[in-house]
Order: sequence, then structure tokens, then C-alpha cells
Amino acid sequence: MAEVDSKIDYQDKGSILAPLKALQFFGRQPVTAPLDPRPASANYRGFHLNDWETCIGCSTCQKVCDNAAITMVEVPGLPHDPEQGVRNLRPAIDYGRCCWCALCVDLCPTGSIALSREYVHTCKDAELDSYFILPDDKGIHGVAYDIGWGKHAESDLIAPERVAMQELSPQARADNFDEIVAGYDPNQAIIEASRCVQCGMCLDACPTHMNAPEYIRAIWQGDNEEAVRQIYRTNPFSNTCGRVCTHRCETACSIGHRGEPVAIRWLKRYAMDAVSTERIKAIVAESRPSFLSGKRVAIVGAGPAGLTTAFDLAKQGHEVVVYEAMPAAGGMTRYGIPYYRLPSDMLDRDVEIIESLGVRIQYNTRVGQDISMEQLRDEFDAVMLAVGLWIGRSTGVKGSDSSQVYRAVDLLREVADGQAIKVPKQAVVIGGGNVAMDIARTLGRLQRQHFGQIDVTMTALEDLAHFLADPDEIKEAGEEGIRILPARGPQEIVQEQGLVSGLRTWGVTSIFDDQGRFAPRYDERDEQIYPADMVIEAIGQRADVDLLGADLTEALEWNRGRLKVDDDFRTSAEWLWAAGDMVQGPDVVTAVANGHRVAASINSYLSIREQVS
Amino acid sequence: MRPENYEAQRHPPSHEYELNIGPNHPGIEGNYAFKLRLHGDQVIEGRADAGYLHRGFEKLMEGRLWIQNLAITPRICVPDPVPMEVSYCLAVEDLCGLRVPERAQYLRVLQLELSRFASHLFCFGGHAATVGMYSPSFWGIADRDLILDLFEELCGGRVYHIYNIPGGVRRDMPPGFIERVSNTLDYLETRLPDYDDLLFRNRVFVTRARGIGAMNQQQALDWGVTGSNLRATGLPFDVRRDDPYLVYDQLDFDIPTEDGGDAWARALVRRKELFESIRILRQVLERLPDIPGPIRCPIPNPLAWNVPAGSTYTRVESSKGELAWYVVSDGGERPYRTHVRGPSQMHAVQVLERLAVGSRIEDVAQIMFSLDACPPEVDR
Repeated sequence: MAEVDSKIDYQDKGSILAPLKALQFFGRQPVTAPLDPRPASANYRGFHLNDWETCIGCSTCQKVCDNAAITMVEVPGLPHDPEQGVRNLRPAIDYGRCCWCALCVDLCPTGSIALSREYVHTCKDAELDSYFILPDDKGIHGVAYDIGWGKHAESDLIAPERVAMQELSPQARADNFDEIVAGYDPNQAIIEASRCVQCGMCLDACPTHMNAPEYIRAIWQGDNEEAVRQIYRTNPFSNTCGRVCTHRCETACSIGHRGEPVAIRWLKRYAMDAVSTERIKAIVAESRPSFLSGKRVAIVGAGPAGLTTAFDLAKQGHEVVVYEAMPAAGGMTRYGIPYYRLPSDMLDRDVEIIESLGVRIQYNTRVGQDISMEQLRDEFDAVMLAVGLWIGRSTGVKGSDSSQVYRAVDLLREVADGQAIKVPKQAVVIGGGNVAMDIARTLGRLQRQHFGQIDVTMTALEDLAHFLADPDEIKEAGEEGIRILPARGPQEIVQEQGLVSGLRTWGVTSIFDDQGRFAPRYDERDEQIYPADMVIEAIGQRADVDLLGADLTEALEWNRGRLKVDDDFRTSAEWLWAAGDMVQGPDVVTAVANGHRVAASINSYLSIREQVS
Repeated sequence: MRPENYEAQRHPPSHEYELNIGPNHPGIEGNYAFKLRLHGDQVIEGRADAGYLHRGFEKLMEGRLWIQNLAITPRICVPDPVPMEVSYCLAVEDLCGLRVPERAQYLRVLQLELSRFASHLFCFGGHAATVGMYSPSFWGIADRDLILDLFEELCGGRVYHIYNIPGGVRRDMPPGFIERVSNTLDYLETRLPDYDDLLFRNRVFVTRARGIGAMNQQQALDWGVTGSNLRATGLPFDVRRDDPYLVYDQLDFDIPTEDGGDAWARALVRRKELFESIRILRQVLERLPDIPGPIRCPIPNPLAWNVPAGSTYTRVESSKGELAWYVVSDGGERPYRTHVRGPSQMHAVQVLERLAVGSRIEDVAQIMFSLDACPPEVDR
């Protein structure tokens, strides 16, 4: 090619003949493209394609769309499961607005949406609606064109990795009860919060529907007090939930479909830690009523369910008295969760803030002994029962009645209460849930303190793929030296001269029968005995309902050993509600959600009764 | 524009008459009105009248996230949209302190120069059409399409690319792209002598263009003229050379100038810039294979992106002249204020109004097109 451009001078007059050279182009094929269809480029931004199998209906595409060209449309028949983070919404595109920037593609958390390699759409006047489409993987005309601009690592705008959490190393934590998780610093929290796309999947999945998008956004904006305000709209146990919540929000998080979900639980904890208790009290007091209803409500049990109900009812102007058998509030969160996961002073903050609304807690008062249910019924307008699950279940295998066989909840309660328990040299824990993990790791710590070494074995019916405990717990327990033996069924607690010497187990072949009922089957040839001087059973708990008394127990309706309640957690007695672990099984945030419903139900009951009378 | 320009003259002198050119006419690349007061075929006064595009980009941008504005910016100028994207991204990068990877800078230059070439093809075709020659415009548009093919491959869009993003570009080149660009450049270079024969050595065109719409260098500076129009008055000012951005300071190219200051000089400068763009592009193609990625530095989630408070003025050399964004951030998710310094704003208003005076009616369209003004830059 020419090194130097041809020279035309300003003074040149031009030529009459030069333009005639263009005549040589007569009869040549024009350079313009023929009208035949031709493939668009591999990157082409044509019409939208959406893989409905992959799309979760999170509506992030709608949020980033510059022109409001995307509308989320409900498609009946598609899966809709808030807990798994799936909605039956799909994006519909208005091509009167779309500008084909493809930001919807680049920001799609799942990678379901793409633009096709199709060039043309046109229509008659009568078909103008055809510019508004609900794309699936077949595209605008039902003809499968290849994907043009699709999800690509270079243009992906989703940050798949969360900000790592600082934690104590296994060596640093194995012999003490210091809190393991350090929490985010402000910078980390803002960066982590900035990953959120505000889709609200977390809100749908949370049992108490926490306004996570709002508080995450407030954290990102550096407004921690606003974050706390948003948190307290739905959850008065946020110091607790910020640490030990089962975080279904994170299971549903749309970012989690291809990357790590936003650390919603740690962000909640960050906001709660960042604002002083006094300021939180002031924020909570904003919703204090300016009136008193004159109604009195008694709540039995100062756990998350009971205190959440108390919190809501106090905000509605009712007088609330909570009866608590133990010397401190919190229920199972205090007496069941070890300090290294939930420092009890954090729980104290939650309780202190609830009490600041005027909720009165009568400690060391055991209903059924110090005061009867009948008295409560007579003295109060409504009564709520939230006594939790305090009695550990036993396997009932031979030897389980020995004095060296303990229930996990009893031991955990004693440790939390500051009592010195007998520390075994060799312990075997039966069970594979989070409570089993708690007692195993607690005993491991005590063993290191007493003997300098750890010898704790966990046996569970489930194999590792179906383990009930959180994956984090399994990992951390392993790091701390706990031996985990999955798929082992306890057969006998072996005793020698009246003292426990071990646990005899068989291998498990199946746990449930064809109908899905619990009916474990074992392989008898696969027998092993694990030596131990203490065996701890952690296979579940039940509620202590003796406090009801014989008459009330007789009068109430029951469902397979549990109190029968309606959708609002009201029992068959008009004045009595029951909620929390004793009704729906152990989970803090579910208990909080129950508490709100009970409060709403009691409040409407009191209002209606007042109007009717 | 100016309110007085909307009103018809109340009492034109009896020997004068008014003529509206536009808003649809071949003198300019968009809807734009030019109101003339004539005495015979002599222009007594010209009044520019924008406002037919109903856009309001700058205001729109205040209501959108920083990243959502990427889709708006190229739409300010159809023939040469890339400098709009690049300079907006440069502004956001400047405010955020983002460092654009070298490969992305070269890809931006690749895109900018292809766009300049395409825009000049568009312009000389239009210029020729204003003097009654339509073949050059057909040729220009047809050859421009080959560049649009390249854009489609690189960016996924032919006209509006939305390929740049603060921090870099959105995609790397597809396989074999360098070879295809190179082939297209080879072809376009063989076309340069054809363009010369058809237009730039054409006595009719030269005669019609010479001396028309002339301004001297001082006038050009006084009126805010930039780009090829300024260089046609003898001043070798080019933002790429005088205030280098991206990797232009590492590239070897000349700044063509002419002294005539008229339509012919302006056409000639653009013709010579076609060759310089090819020179730049060849250097970029030669270096690109050895420049490693990435093509974008890490950026925040676009839905949660606060740009630090401050203001910046980032300019680039577009095919029309000095194009710049003045962007003010109050530290929020959206621009507090944006302003486009579209070079056509000056060329299509104060320059055109002055150059038209005294010209003949048949030259008005030529004067307009020779200034290569883009109405959306005025009516943005």
C-alpha cells in the first residue's frame, strides 16, 4: 500500500476528464449487500432470547434497563418457590423503547437472557402489538436464531465473589468460647452491600420478610441508622439473627445462582454492631404509640417468638407481661446456642431494646408452678404460649437410661448458665443436626481446656450429602478436630460395671421407607463400637407442656403431640395462642415470623372484642 | 434556540424575501432549519433554528444511573457516535480515578479512527450532493457500510455501538478481526484515488467549492471553530496531538492543514485525514496482538455505583472538531449535571450565520455541509 497519500494541492484547478474514470464502475456488482438473509455477527445485539429454565424472574434486567422497556410478566405454570429464589415472572420487552444496549444481558444474575443474531422484524399496522414480546429461547419469531450478545466473562457486570469474612483460626478458637466471626469493617460492609442488585428475592424467602434490599442499600449509602430502622420493621432479634440466622435469604439470593450470594446475614450484623444500643432504642422508640389500649396480654416464655409478639403488642399500645422461668431472657437462643456462635451479651442487647418499649419480663417465674394458666387467663385479655423445646428426646436404645447418657440441650443449658459440667475424656454424640454440632464443639473446647486434647465423635444416621447441620458447622467442626461419622445408627450404649464404655452402631442402609416415613434400616454386619465415657443424645427436642395443667390439656385440641393451632397460631381456646419452636420446630427467624402473626392476631382479637362489647 | 429566531420578520423590506431552508434538506445531517433573508439570490441574513429533534439528552442523563447513560451518549451524533461514548467514559473514569487497561485504550483508538473514517465518508458524500453530485454520496455510504460491518463484529451494533464502558470496553476483538480490518483498510485505501478522480480532482467540484464560505484563522478562533474546519484555516490544532488522550501520544500521524479557510479547503483537509486515519489504524492493528488484556478494569455493580463528587472536562477530537463532556457529580448514583460541548454547536450556529451572509442561495447548502455540522450536537 502507498506510504504517502496522493497529493492534491489547494491551488489545483481539477480536471474535466478525471471524473470520467468512474465510468469503469459501470456494470460492476454493487458493494451494497444483497437482500438475501445473511448471518449477523457473533456478537450481534438482535432480539431478546430468554431461557425460561434458567431465568428466575428476579427482575434485575428490568432494573438496569435505561428505557423502562422491560416489564415483568407473571407466567402461570412456571415454578414459583420463594424459598429457592424462583419467581414465575419473566421479562417482556417493548421494542418501542428498547435501545439494544444489552445491559440487561450483562447484569443478568443467572445468564438466562441474551440477544439473538436476528436482524429484522416488521409488521402490518394491525400487528403493532408484535413489538411487545415475552421472549423465550425461541426469540421473537419462534425461529431459533443463534445467541449473539450473550453472557460473557468480559462483559459480565455481576461480582460473583463476596467479601471474605475474618474468622478465628481453628488453633485460635479450639480451646475457648470466643466469638469466631469477626464481622465486617465499614469498608468491607459497603463493598459487600454494593454487590446487591435489589431484586428482593431475599425478602420473599425470609420467613419474616425482612427488608433486606432496603437495609443493604442503606448500608451501602453509609446510613447505618437507616439500615437499623429498616431492620426493626420486621425483626427485633437482629443482633441474634445477624449471627445465627439460618439465612434462607442467602439461599434465594439471585447473585448466588452463579456466584456467592450477598452476605446478607453478616451485613445485618454489621449494621446492628455499627449503631449504639442507645441510638437503636431511639430509633425503635419512633414507633412507640402515643396511647395505651388498656388491654393486657400475658406471654409465657421470653424467647424470640414471645418477645417478638411482646414487641409488636407494645407498639400497639397494649400492656405486655412476659413470664420467664429462667433468670435471663432469650430462651433457646441463650441456653442452646454456644457463646462462640452467639455471645450472650449480644442477646442482652436485643432484649434490652425490646424492654425499652415497655415490655415487662418476670424472670424466674415458672408458669404452672409460680402462677397457673388459669390465673393468666383470668387476669389478662389474651395469653400466648411460647415455651420452646426444652426436653431432649432419647434414642431409647439399650443403656440410654444410664446416668452417663445426657441430652444435648441439658448440657448446653448448664454451660450457658455458667455451671461446671462433668467433662468426659471421650465423648460420643448421637445426632447430626446443629444442636449435635453445638454440643460436640462445646465439649471439644472443654476437653482442650481440661485435658489439652480433644476426643469427640459424632454419629448420625444421615450420610454427608444429607447431613442436617449447616455446611459451615460441618467444616468448622472438622477443623476443630471433631470426628464425624455419617450413616451410623446407634444400637446400644455399652456399659461395663455400670459405667458407660462406648456406643455400638450399625451402618445405615436407608432412613425412610417407601412412604417417606422414618424407618431406618441397618446393615448388621457393619458393626462398630466407639469407646466413650459419656454419650450425648442430640436427636431432637420436645416441648414441656406440663404447665398447662390437666384440665387445660384436656380442653385443648392436639395434633400428634403438638398443640393444634390455626393459621394465626391460635389454639382451640379463644384466649390462647401458641407459637415458636414448640409449634413449628427450632428456628429463630421462623419464631420471629410467628411472633408477628400472633401479635397481629391478638391485636385484631382485642380490637374486635372491644367493638363487639 | 434563540427566541427571536422563531419569529417571522414582521415587516421585511419590499425588495427582500424570507426563505426557510429545512428542517428537512440535504444541507445537514439531520433536522435543522436555517431561515434566510434574501435579496434576489443574495443572502442578507441567515438565522439558525434548531429544536426539531426534541431530545434533551443532558437533562435526561441527570435522571439515569451513570451506566445507563452509556446508551444515550452515542445517540447524540449518528454519523460519528464513538467519540461521544469514549469521552463520556473518559469523564467518568477521570472522576472515579479508574485506570483503563492499555488494550482497551488501543481498542478505543481502533474504534475512534474507524468512526472518523466513516464519518468523513458520510460528509464528503453529502458535500458533493449539495453541489449536485450524487455519485460520491452513494460511494461514501456504500464504503461506510463496510466499516459498519466491522463495528457489528466488534461491538454487536452497527451504528450505535455502546461498546465502551467506564473502565474499558465491553468485549475483546473476535478471532480474525485484525485481518478483516486490515483487508477493509486495504480496500478503502485503493478507493482513495477513486474518490480523488470522482470528486477531489473534479473541476466542477473544485470550482464550486473554492472561495465559498471562507473565514480566516482569527475569525475561526473568535467563533469557536475547531476540528477540520479550524485546520482548514491553517492552524494545526488537533486534540489528539495537543492534549493527547488514550494512546494517541504513542502513535505516528500528521495533522493536515490548508490555508484557504473555505469549503474547498475544508473538504481537502477531510480528504487528507482519511489517509491519516488509515495510518493510525495500521499502527494499532500491528501493536494490538502484543498488548495483553484485560480489556476492562474492575468496576462496581452498576446499580450501586456512586461516582465521587467533582467535575471534569474531557475532550476528544471527533470528526467534527473538539468534542467534550463537562460532567459534574455530587457523589451520587447519577450525574448532577452533564453538558456536551458539541463542536457543531458553534459551526451550525454562529459560524454558519456569518458565513452565509453575502453568499448566493445555491451555495448555502454547500456552506452548511462543508462545516460538517451535526444538528443533534446543537439540539442535544
